[in-house]
Amino acid sequence: MSTAMFGSGIRRREDPRLITGAASYTDDLTLPGMLHAAMLRSPHAHARIGAIDASRAKSARGVVAVYTSADTEGALQPSPCAWLLPDSDLKIAEYPCLAKDTVRYVGEIVAVVVAESRYQAYDALELIDVDYDPLPAAIDLEQAGGPDAPRLHAEIEGNQAFHWTVSGGDVDAAFANADVIVKERILQQRLIPTAMETRSAVASYTRASGELTLWNTTQNPHIVRFLCSLVTGVPEDRLRVVAPEVGGGFGSKIAVYPADFVTVFCAMKLGSPVKWTETRSENYQATTHGRNHVQDVELAATNDGRITGIRATVRAGMGAYLSTAAPGIPTILHGLMLSGVYDIPAIHEEVYGLYTNETPVEAYRGAGRPEATFMLERLVDVLADKLDMDPAEVRRKNFIPKFDDGHDVATGLTYDSGDYEQALDKLLRHADYAGLRAEQEEARQQGRYPGIGLSTYVEICGLGPSQVAGAIGFQGGLWESAIVRFHPSGKVHVFIGASPHGQGEETTFAQIVAAELGVSPEDVKVVHGDTDNTPMGWGTYGSRTTAVGGAALALTARKIREKCKVIAAHLLEAAVEDMEYEDGNFFVKGSPDNGKTIQDIALMANVSWNMPEGVESGLEASTFYDPPNFVFPYGAHLALVEVDAETGQVELKRYIALDDCGPQINPTIVAGQVHGGVVQGIGQALWEEAVYDEDGQLLSGSMLDYALPRADKLPEIEVLSTVTPSPHHPLGVKGIGEAGTIASTAAVYNAVMDALKPLNAPAVDMPFTPERVWRAIQKGKGN
Amino acid sequence: MFAPEFSYHRASSIAEAGRLLAEHPGAKVLAGGHSLIPILKLRLAAPAVVIDIGRIPEMKGIAAGNGTVTIGALTTHAELASSEIVRANARALAEAAAQIGDPAVRNRGTIGGNVAHADPASDLPQALVALGATFRLTSPEGARSVAAEDFFEGLMTTSLREDELLTSIELPAAGPGRGSAYAKLAHPASRYAVIGAAASVTVAGGKCTAASVVLGGLTSRPTRAPSVEASLVGQTPSEAVIAAAAKNAAGDLGDDLMGDIYASEEYRKAVAHVWVRRALAAAAARCAG
Repeated sequence: MSTAMFGSGIRRREDPRLITGAASYTDDLTLPGMLHAAMLRSPHAHARIGAIDASRAKSARGVVAVYTSADTEGALQPSPCAWLLPDSDLKIAEYPCLAKDTVRYVGEIVAVVVAESRYQAYDALELIDVDYDPLPAAIDLEQAGGPDAPRLHAEIEGNQAFHWTVSGGDVDAAFANADVIVKERILQQRLIPTAMETRSAVASYTRASGELTLWNTTQNPHIVRFLCSLVTGVPEDRLRVVAPEVGGGFGSKIAVYPADFVTVFCAMKLGSPVKWTETRSENYQATTHGRNHVQDVELAATNDGRITGIRATVRAGMGAYLSTAAPGIPTILHGLMLSGVYDIPAIHEEVYGLYTNETPVEAYRGAGRPEATFMLERLVDVLADKLDMDPAEVRRKNFIPKFDDGHDVATGLTYDSGDYEQALDKLLRHADYAGLRAEQEEARQQGRYPGIGLSTYVEICGLGPSQVAGAIGFQGGLWESAIVRFHPSGKVHVFIGASPHGQGEETTFAQIVAAELGVSPEDVKVVHGDTDNTPMGWGTYGSRTTAVGGAALALTARKIREKCKVIAAHLLEAAVEDMEYEDGNFFVKGSPDNGKTIQDIALMANVSWNMPEGVESGLEASTFYDPPNFVFPYGAHLALVEVDAETGQVELKRYIALDDCGPQINPTIVAGQVHGGVVQGIGQALWEEAVYDEDGQLLSGSMLDYALPRADKLPEIEVLSTVTPSPHHPLGVKGIGEAGTIASTAAVYNAVMDALKPLNAPAVDMPFTPERVWRAIQKGKGN
Repeated sequence: MFAPEFSYHRASSIAEAGRLLAEHPGAKVLAGGHSLIPILKLRLAAPAVVIDIGRIPEMKGIAAGNGTVTIGALTTHAELASSEIVRANARALAEAAAQIGDPAVRNRGTIGGNVAHADPASDLPQALVALGATFRLTSPEGARSVAAEDFFEGLMTTSLREDELLTSIELPAAGPGRGSAYAKLAHPASRYAVIGAAASVTVAGGKCTAASVVLGGLTSRPTRAPSVEASLVGQTPSEAVIAAAAKNAAGDLGDDLMGDIYASEEYRKAVAHVWVRRALAAAAARCAG
C-alpha cells in the first residue's frame, strides 16, 4: 500500500453495517433491569404552571416513578449555554431541565414518567394532570423585541438575548458616496434538522462506585461528559459518555439537552438503567431548529458594479432558551463572513438575538454561514439586475484576487488561500453559461421561464484556534487529538477525540494513516465516540473533524514514522541521517531492497528485544493539534430551474457544484458530502419551513407537513472541484461537510428569481411553494 | 407515537369479521394499517378492540368478467397500480394508486381501507367516483351495493355502517372509445393530493359523448365538475376545447374548499383547472376511435 491511498475514492467502510441494519444506535441498547422514560411536554407555548397531580400516573400499571421540577431541585443544575458571546450584553435565561413555574415553548419538559415498558410510560403521561394558565406568546420575530411583545423571562427586557456588532471600514462613508444602493429584506425561515435517528439516551449508574455511563446520540461525547458533570454533579472521572452509531446530527446533536440530564437523574435516583428515546413528533418539537433570521441588508456600489460597502441588521430567533452553542451561530459564524469572496472595504452588521416562545435554535448544517452567503449572493444579484449587468460579471469584478498565504478582510478574519475567479470560470465553462443564457432567451420567447442562479461562497471551518475560541467566548478548546497505536502484528489502532456520525472518517482517517505510513487502510481501525477509550476532543461540527482531527492524526503518524526511522537505522546499523522512507519501507539510501518494513519495526518495537539506546518500547504516539488559523473552503455553484407560470411550480433542472476543499483524501466521500449538503440547502429554498401559528403551536410538526427533499425531485448533482491547499494545514485539507448547504440555497433562490424576471414578480419568501410563486406572478401582472 | 392498549382479533373470513364487529361495537377494522395505525399512534382514537381483516382470502384479488371489474377490498395500491386488468379498464384508478405515498405505503395500504377512511386528501375516491364504481358492503344482515358517488358523505364520513364491512369494489369494464386518467398536485411532504383530478371520457365519431370529471384533495369529499363535463359533451376534444372546459372547474367547486399551510383555498381554486385539463387531455388521448 502506498501514498496513493491519499486521494483514492475507496468505498466507505462504514456503509456495509449501516445499509444492512447491523449498526447499533443508542436506542438499540438494552441493559438488564432497564426502565423506560417518557417526557410530559408542554402543550402550550407560554403558560404558568399551577398544580401538577401525578397521583393517577404513579399508581398506573408498570410505572416506577414520576418526577417534576420539585424532585430535581438541587440535583440538576440548569441546562447550560456554553458560548458566552463577549461584548454583546448577553443575557442567559435559566433553562431548567424540568420546567419550574412557567413553560416557554411547546415541547418543554414538565414531568418525566419512568416505567417498566415504553408503552406504559406513554400511557401514564396521559394520567398526569397539569393546571396551565396560558399566557400570550411572542412568536413573530419582527415584534418579539418590541415594547408590546409578551416577555418570556421576567428579568430580560425586550426579549433581547444579545446585541452583537461587527464593523470594519467606514460604512457610513461608503453609503454616503455610493452610486447605487440596493436593499432587501430576507427571511431565513426556521428549519428542522431532521436527523434520521431521533435523540436518545441510556443512563446507567452504579451506586457502589458512583460511576455513571451515558450512551447518547451526540456529535461531541467529550463535551457532553464535561457539561453533564457540571449539571448532574457526577465527577468527570466517574462519568463515561458513549456515542454509539449516531444517525446524523446536522448540528442538532451538538447541544446538550434537558432530556438527557433528566434521564441521568432518573437512573441515579432509581439505581436502574433508564432509556429515553424521543419520537419523531418530539424531535420536531424539542430538538433544536436552525436558521430563523429576519435580515435587513443593503449594499453600496459604484455604477460599474464595484461593491463598496455592506450594512445589515439581523434579528435572529433564539427560541425560548439559549441552546448550548446558540449565541455564536448568528454572530461569529455569520457576521464575520460578510465579506464573502469579495473585496468589500466597509462592513457593518448588528445582530439582535431574540427570545421567542419557540423551540431553541442551534447550529444547523452551515450554521450562520448559509445565512451570510445568502445575504451577499442575493444582494449581488439584485445589484446586477439594477445595473443591468450579468451576475457573473459583477461577481468577477468584486472577487478577492488569487492568494495563497493569507488575505485580510474587513471583518477581521484572515482567509488562508483562494482563487475564486478560477472556480467561477471553471463552473461557467462546464455549464456552458453563455449557451444557457441563449437557451433561456429562446425559451422566454416561447413563453417558458427558465432561470439561472449563481452562488459563489467562502466559508470558515476547521474551528479553530483555541485562543480564538477563548476570545470569542466559546467555553471550550477547539483543538483535536489522535493516538496511533501499532500492534505487534502490524495492525494499527487510531483513537480520536472527534466523533464522526456519518462523515466517513473511519475510512478517510485510515487513508491518512495509510498514506503517511504505507500500511493498508484495511489494517487501520479508527476508534471514536467513547470518552473512556479515546483522548479528549471537542467533537464533530463546523466541518472541523478532518481539518483539525485529520491534522492531529497526520502529525501523529509522522511521529511514528520518525521513531520507526530511528529503530530502522539501529537495526540496519546505519546512521539515522542516512535513512530513507518510501511507502512503509525504511532503508539506507541507495538500498531500498534491504530495508525494514514498518511492520518489521512495529514487531521489534513491541517485543523490544533490540531497541536503540534511549528509545522507548512500544510504537505509539499522540498529538493534540491546535490549528494556527481556520480554514476557508470556497466554491461556485450554479442552479438551473424552470418555473411553471400557470401554477407557480418550480422544477430544479440542473445543479452544478464546484467546491474547493483543498486536496481530497477521498473524492467519493467528498462527492457524497457535497450531494447531501447541496440537497439540504435546496430544501431550504424549495420545501422546508417550520411553521408556528400565533399561539406558538408548531403546525409543521410531522413529516406529513414538513417537506424534506426527495430524490425524485432532484436532478443528478454535477460535482466539480479545484484544489487550493491550505497553507497552514499539514495535509493542506480544508472542510467539505457544510459547503454544499452554504452555497446551494442562494443558487436556487437566485435561479428562481431570475426565472421570474420577465414576469415582473416581486421577491418571494422561502420556501418557493407553488402558491408563493404564483402569488408573486399575480402581483407582477398587477393582480 | 405509542398506541394505547387495545385487544386484537384476527378474522379469517367475512362472516367471522361480521360476527366480531357485531360482538364489539366501536371496534376498528385493520386492513393495511396505513390510516388506522397512525391514528392510534397519535392517540386520536383509542378503540378497545381492533379487528384485523388483512388475511381474509375472499377479499383479495382482481377479476374481470361480464362487463365488470371486481376488486377485492384488500387489494393494495401497488397491486392496483400494476394490475393489467385495472390499467386496461380503469387507467385513472391505476394512476391514482401509483401516486399514493411511497412504495412502502403502496405495498401495505389497501383500496378498501383507503375509501373507508375517506381522507379528503386521498387519491382513490375521486378516481372511483369518476369511473362509476360501486362498493359492496356486507353485514350479518346481508349485503348491499352503494354507488361511489353516494358512499362519500363528507370529511372522513361515509355511508358505511359500524356493523358493515366493505368487501369489494366493482367498476364497469372499459367500453369502446373510453379513456380515463388521473392528474395530481401532490403535497411535497405527505404526497397526499393538494389537488387531484380524475377524468373519464368517451369519444365516438370524433365527438365526446360522455365525460366524468371529479376533483378531490381540495374539497371535503370527491366533487363532480358538471359544468366541465357539460362543456365537453358534443364537442371534439381538442386541446383548446379541453382547456376551455377545464376552466369551468373552479365554478363547480362551490364553497366546500379546504386550504392549509401549504396551499390556500384561493390558490387551489385558482389553479385546479390545470390538473383537470391534464387529466382530460390524457384521458381523451386514450380514447381509441
